[in-house]
Amino acid sequence: MITVKFFASLKAIAEKEEEHIEVQSPISMDQLSDIISKTSPKMGDIIRDNKIMISVNQEMADADTVIHDGDEVAFLPPFSGGS
Amino acid sequence: MSTTTDSKIRIQLENFSVTDEIEAMKKVSRNIGGITTFLGTGRELSKGQNIAQLNFEHYPKMAEKKLEEIRQQAIKDHGIIDMSIIHRIGPIEIGENIVLIVAVGEHRKETFTACEWAIAELKRVTPIWKRETTTNGEVWVQDTP
Repeated sequence: MITVKFFASLKAIAEKEEEHIEVQSPISMDQLSDIISKTSPKMGDIIRDNKIMISVNQEMADADTVIHDGDEVAFLPPFSGGS
Repeated sequence: MSTTTDSKIRIQLENFSVTDEIEAMKKVSRNIGGITTFLGTGRELSKGQNIAQLNFEHYPKMAEKKLEEIRQQAIKDHGIIDMSIIHRIGPIEIGENIVLIVAVGEHRKETFTACEWAIAELKRVTPIWKRETTTNGEVWVQDTP
């Protein structure tokens, strides 16, 4: 099972904070965005357009990162910490 | 309000005491000769809009990990003795503390550069997000100078 997390502005777009996806074998980021598109087409577009950052298991990832069963994928809008 | 100063990297709902945090860092070494702090606070005006309240969200574990990486790199690259970084999350009123960085070193020069580098790096790599509540509603801030 893959855990997908949405943060900040992306929560409203995805209409959820977290999603769990069952996979039989490793999947690509494209495949993951296709799965997410089924329930949230706009979120799928944002992922494919590289408008946001992605982390896998809390390390920065990119479109070529392969996702394995048990991974935690997070979609991260531009950061705005500090003051 | 929590005033625990045990950990040098903290993300917390509670306010913090700048004095307590500085005093805690002074205990790190008897060789400290300079301390530079950066304190970020809630500003009322942002891009011409009046802000009623700020709200910060973070990615737990990853945000703490990034702050620890910043601390370690500041020590290694800038030659300071140590650094603490505290960032608040949740609702923040105008004028309240948001973030504190304390850099301690043998001399002032390295603490100034380390502190300035650390706040810029925090904004660049740490998964923390700011939501502003204005008279026009709520908006997630996408970029901060």
